[in-house]
Amino acid sequence: MNIQDVLDTSSLDSNKLLELDSFIDQCENPKHEQLIHVLHKAQHLFGYLPPNLQRHIALKLNCSSAQVNGVVTFYSFFNENKMGEFTISVCMGTACFVKGSDKVLDLVYKETGAEKDVMSEDGVFSVKDVRCIGACGLAPVLSVNEKVFGHVEAKNVKSIVDIYRKNHVKN
Amino acid sequence: MSRIKSIDSFNTFQTLLKPREDVRIKLFMCAGTSCLSSEADIMIQMFQKLCDEHELSHQCAIIKTGCFGFCGQGPILRIEPGDYHYVQVKVEDVDEIFNEHILNKRIVKRLLYRNPHSDEISIDASSMDFYQKQHRIALKNCGHIDPEIIDEYIANGGYTALSKALSEMTPFEVITCINESGLRGRGGGGFSTGVKWEVAYLEETNEKFIICNADEGDPGAFMDRAICEGDPHSIIEGMIIAAYATKATRGFIYIRAEYALATHRLQIAIEQARAYGLLGTNILGTLMSFDISIKIGAGAFVCGEETALIRSIEGGRGEPKNKPPYPSVSGYHRKPTVVNNVETLANVPNIIVKGSAWFRDIGTSTSPGTKVFALAGHVRNIGLVEVPMGTTFREIVYDIGGGHPKDRKIKAIQIGGPSGGVITEKYFDTPIDYESLKAIGAMMGSGGMIVMDEDSDMVEVAKFYLDFTQDESCGQCTPCRIGTKRMLEILERLTSMQGSIEDLESLRSLGEIIKWSSLCGLGQTAPNPVLSTLTHFREEYEAYAYRTKKKAYSIDPAKCIGCTKCARSCPVTCIEGKVKQLHVIDESLCIACGACFSACPVNAIIRP
Ligand SMILES: Cc1cc2nc3c(=O)[nH]c(=O)nc-3n(C[C@H](O)[C@H](O)[C@H](O)COP(=O)(O)O)c2cc1C
Ligand code: SF4
Ligand code: SF4
Ligand code: SF4
Ligand code: FES
Ligand code: FES
Repeated sequence: MNIQDVLDTSSLDSNKLLELDSFIDQCENPKHEQLIHVLHKAQHLFGYLPPNLQRHIALKLNCSSAQVNGVVTFYSFFNENKMGEFTISVCMGTACFVKGSDKVLDLVYKETGAEKDVMSEDGVFSVKDVRCIGACGLAPVLSVNEKVFGHVEAKNVKSIVDIYRKNHVKN
Repeated sequence: MSRIKSIDSFNTFQTLLKPREDVRIKLFMCAGTSCLSSEADIMIQMFQKLCDEHELSHQCAIIKTGCFGFCGQGPILRIEPGDYHYVQVKVEDVDEIFNEHILNKRIVKRLLYRNPHSDEISIDASSMDFYQKQHRIALKNCGHIDPEIIDEYIANGGYTALSKALSEMTPFEVITCINESGLRGRGGGGFSTGVKWEVAYLEETNEKFIICNADEGDPGAFMDRAICEGDPHSIIEGMIIAAYATKATRGFIYIRAEYALATHRLQIAIEQARAYGLLGTNILGTLMSFDISIKIGAGAFVCGEETALIRSIEGGRGEPKNKPPYPSVSGYHRKPTVVNNVETLANVPNIIVKGSAWFRDIGTSTSPGTKVFALAGHVRNIGLVEVPMGTTFREIVYDIGGGHPKDRKIKAIQIGGPSGGVITEKYFDTPIDYESLKAIGAMMGSGGMIVMDEDSDMVEVAKFYLDFTQDESCGQCTPCRIGTKRMLEILERLTSMQGSIEDLESLRSLGEIIKWSSLCGLGQTAPNPVLSTLTHFREEYEAYAYRTKKKAYSIDPAKCIGCTKCARSCPVTCIEGKVKQLHVIDESLCIACGACFSACPVNAIIRP
């Protein structure tokens, strides 16, 4: 990563930055204890946490960039890479696993062209494996953004992916 | 809503909170995660609209309630008066239920639960085999109140325990009551809750904390989530009582980031409790002050471990610390901090109201009370079951769970999630409590219970858990970080038919080393799924080691009629064949998904 890219925040949407700053200002003290809370907000606003955004947060919270990055990399919920328009989360909880969700996951990777932590080349899909989403009764389960699909069989994967790919083309 | 200024006014307020006389019909629609993902929310709106159109809104209430437990039959709609349970309700059924049940007072038979064995239909919960052996304490309000309305909780006896503790009991008497009840932590460890509180109580310092652990790390469990979603006030009340007993002034609920609905309901509950003066300064006009904030995790299993959890609340990486000192002596900001699990806390108000003797009467002598399990896998009735301790595996899986969906043989039950192990048929009659499980080399864990049939590959199951713990290891100690990685490599070697029989011994010895040399519970228990399957299903490991294991599906040439259905269902198109001719599977490409097996009309597909 180029040092200039880390220092330069001009690539970040300035309105979103303002919103983030006022969120941080309203946080309880001590501010550094709110780091995870702030990162959630930042990821919600920007979709992911690039290095320049992490540095910006470090400055605002009065802690080091290394500390911020240490937390970002520790927790799997935070993404340092850009996410696709649709995030397909395949449940790899135990109940889903014993009903074959590992095969579903492989197929979702294959059909979308996304890889672990890397969105598909066309920017349409990101794929994640998640833990029990609490719908074990419908296992195996996957969700696309917020929408949950239950009883997903290997043969349905392509059609689910195709629906969203078509949606993307329309937009 | 206004503050309730004294215990007396609370008691009066509660007695006046009689159910609304004018509301004659109540529709409780499940709004738990599983049912919501099957359009329960849309049906709630549809019912509301129908009520409005028929000008029935004043006598008919639509209530969004918490998980009924029987998620596998969801979405579930329960109707009072009576206790009618409609199961697997769909958007298309709404009109019929409204017209028949509400307007014409006729039961919609086809939507009632039908017992798959006896073919009998059940009208209410008491006649459903799923509920018959259950005893609901922690889940008692789930499915019976609207979790977003504090008055419903109070009308159902909520906050009575708090009012009783504040007015009739000293902090030490509260601790004694919990101690005598024998309540043990439901988060997995089974440590005495009373003792934990007492340790914090005895610390003399200006600040103490109560933390509710709602991280629910076991990847196949959702008990805690259901309580947070379905009865958030029971957790809050439990926390306030813990705070009163230990003289804590501040509380946190640490919840998984994935639990958006549970977080939302807890947030509403906290705000409502605050508005009533049940949280904040001078609770119910007493000298007690206590408030709660929610802290959202960010996807790290190890943060369920209490010292890691505290570090995470402090904004850092969730790396566990050496114990002692235990959090009840030195936790958040190095102050005494009681960390309790969701289910543990939900039991507390019941014990205070009904007394320790009542609680001791349920369950076994060393493990009083009930335990909630998330029953899933190859079992007919999937969902949450709350049973008295001492219930056997067989009762849960066969009587409550209804056995295998296709009545096939059940090979094993996995409990305790990534820290636990498998129970084989030989032990299905073991009564479930902390001691009996230990005696057979298993552990209670937090409540995940996964049923596995003959087709389950135990080596793959062990690999699944180890892959999970390996990925979640915080990396602080070498045995856990490197050791689990080595074990996983061995399992990968075995399952890709590159291993040897010596690998089994390496797995065992590595596992033992990791267990005794790791710093926290994650490393200390990570090898369990491997070690326990290696003990009980050694032959499955050997099949891989001797490379005799068959993984691909194949077609019986004597049976195949060439209908092409399998080829069309195969997701990786590895089945070749022309219409009316023999089909053949390219076994090197088959991913063993089983799609062809279900597709074949003449059972020509052979399982590996
Ligand atoms: C790796 C690991 C993960 C844990 N995850 C959880 C969890 O998700 N929920 C929980 O309540 N306890 C969890 N625990 C246990 C907690 O450390 C702690 O014992 C518990 O929250 C205490 O509450 P209790 O006494 O009410 O059970 C975990 C422990 C370990 C070692
Ligand atoms: S045992 Fe594993 S998870 Fe626990 S502290 Fe050590 S490295 Fe971290
Ligand atoms: S098991 Fe799945 S991958 Fe293998 S042949 Fe059958 S359909 Fe194809
Ligand atoms: S589905 Fe069965 S009968 Fe039909 S082609 Fe495949 S193996 Fe043959
Ligand atoms: S394990 Fe997938 S939803 Fe529970
Ligand atoms: S979520 Fe509806 S019954 Fe469990």
